[in-house]
Amino acid sequence: MSFGDFLYSNLVQFWELTGFANAQFGNFVMLAVGLFFIWLAIKKNFEPMLLVPIGFGILIGNIPFNTEAGLEIGIYEEGSVLNILYNGVSAGWYPPLIFLGIGAMTDFSALIANPKLMLIGAAAQFGIFGAYMVALALGFSPDQAGAIAIIGGADGPTAIFLSSKLAPNLMGAIAVSAYSYMALVPVIQPPLMRAFTTKKERLIKMKPARAVSQNEKIIFPIVGMLLTCFVVPSGIPLLGMLFFGNLLRECGVTTRLAKTASNALTDIVTILLGMTVGASTQASQFLTPQTIFIFLLGFMAFIIASSSGVLFVKLFNLVLPKSKKINPLIGNAGVSAVPMSARISNNLGLEYDPTNYLLMHAMGPNVAGVIGSAVAAGVLLGFLA
Amino acid sequence: MKRIFTTISAALLALVATVAVNAQSRSALRINEVMVANDSSIVDEYGNRGAWVELFNSNFAPLEISSVYLTNDKANPRKYPVPLGDVNTEIPARQHILFFADGEPNKGTFHTSFTLTPGQDNWIGIYDADGITLIDEVVIPASLLPNQTWARTEDGAGEWALRTGGAHDYITPSSANIIKDTNKKIDLFAEQDENGFAMTLMAMAIVFSALLLLCLSFYGIGKIGEAVSKMNKMRAHGVTRQDADETLTTHDSGEEIAAIAMALYQHLNAHDTENTVLTINKVKRAYSPWSSKIYGLRHVPEHKHNS
Repeated sequence: MSFGDFLYSNLVQFWELTGFANAQFGNFVMLAVGLFFIWLAIKKNFEPMLLVPIGFGILIGNIPFNTEAGLEIGIYEEGSVLNILYNGVSAGWYPPLIFLGIGAMTDFSALIANPKLMLIGAAAQFGIFGAYMVALALGFSPDQAGAIAIIGGADGPTAIFLSSKLAPNLMGAIAVSAYSYMALVPVIQPPLMRAFTTKKERLIKMKPARAVSQNEKIIFPIVGMLLTCFVVPSGIPLLGMLFFGNLLRECGVTTRLAKTASNALTDIVTILLGMTVGASTQASQFLTPQTIFIFLLGFMAFIIASSSGVLFVKLFNLVLPKSKKINPLIGNAGVSAVPMSARISNNLGLEYDPTNYLLMHAMGPNVAGVIGSAVAAGVLLGFLA
Repeated sequence: MKRIFTTISAALLALVATVAVNAQSRSALRINEVMVANDSSIVDEYGNRGAWVELFNSNFAPLEISSVYLTNDKANPRKYPVPLGDVNTEIPARQHILFFADGEPNKGTFHTSFTLTPGQDNWIGIYDADGITLIDEVVIPASLLPNQTWARTEDGAGEWALRTGGAHDYITPSSANIIKDTNKKIDLFAEQDENGFAMTLMAMAIVFSALLLLCLSFYGIGKIGEAVSKMNKMRAHGVTRQDADETLTTHDSGEEIAAIAMALYQHLNAHDTENTVLTINKVKRAYSPWSSKIYGLRHVPEHKHNS
């Protein structure tokens, strides 16, 4: 072999390893999706903490390479760095850590002061099961339908947790769909809230919530964990960590732990979770007709969840005394996109009456939605796993 | 007093630790399937056929079984200790491991020092590392013919049955006693609940019950909290229950308190001359070049949004 041939053959070999030689149309589609997510996050400020890691993860996961070269670089290649990081998603231990952080940063006072708001959080879970029925009708198997339907809970970690158990092959599409719709909550929910309420209802002023004692705040996570986990033990990983995080926050003697859980730990896990979920959307796995159905079902689940929360409040108002009526604009907050959907209730309330602040009232169903979706996930897991 | 608390805490911690250790002990190990006379079944790594004993880890976590004892003699529970130092003695969750009862332990970890005798009852036991705690035992009936096994009806289950190697009672060394090619739960849902109505009904009932339970509990806790707080106030003000309602008003709401404070401020102009209050706290920070602004290349850019 001449020196020229030697150089040529090595360069050819190198070329075969490059992304250019291995690129397929699907890779470019996914790269465009990743760039779109990053654009949405930076330019439109849609859930940047989630969409930047996911968007960049999509770019990472869709760099084409020769999978037969045994380079151990792909997220699905056993032992690769990305595969090790992805274990938190595939084995389902990132979501409970995120729930620990959510618990540590959430003030449940609004819910404790007005416990009936918990029922709104339960009603909004109709979105999950409405989507479940439609998914079955579209030909998905019950376990896949359950994993897809959880998008209606508007809770990314729960969606990832459940899909990693019930339908690991659909997890990428489910996670991206869940986070996309969570980012689009300000676009999806207001028209529905307007459509299902009258002007008179939007002007309902709710009584300020009573002050909640420190003892009640401490009792809440303990009783909450015991009751919900006794009913649905399969929800222990999520509910246990959520209430544990909240106890760290409220007990007053573990401030350092609560701060770590709600700041550093949540940030670290969010980065890893977002990036690896994004990277798991490799074109070959992601660009399938199923993904389109998943996105459509997710959208529908969001609409049902938001609408059922609002409609439930209207129904509830029929049996409540006049002085205790609930503004149906907080019904949308039954989905667990915290605190985005509560903020939307507040903004819409202020639009119709600049003195009607609904934020704290909406936080009640909002955090109840977190509990409700974790319970719903536990139920699906218990029935279908 | 403090010492008593410390002792009680230590005792509780020890109790919890003991329970935790027990939870991870070898008690989940099960004898799962046994063949006494092997003419045409599985061969060992030397190409020989011999009696075999299949163990099953009924845990949902891996189980390390080195130093447990396998025996066919009640009087000698320590007959064959599973050797230390072999990575293959860790049984993954809900998986199986096979020992050849060929009386040739020098052939490797999975060859026991005892054999099984066809035509007579064979007792087999597993003892924990202490050689005293019996983990599991089984008596293989003498009626077992060559190439038949005595197996649990389902992995780790209580019932045992004869397996002849037929289409419905197949022999499964090192694998599940019932080979599942589908998930029965899901099949049942697909068959009985085609449109998902039953699932919706059940799941929503459970979700509502869980949150209703929480809701009712917190109504109760809230009422108790209010009563306790009222009693404390009564005690502090020295009033009786009868005139408590007249004298004690509960301005618990933050908004009410803020409104009263604002009214007082506006009425009395109750603030002194300055408009803001400046608090100066000494903040000590350990110097590190990693956190130094001097050494930082530039500030992290912040994107400004027009809202």
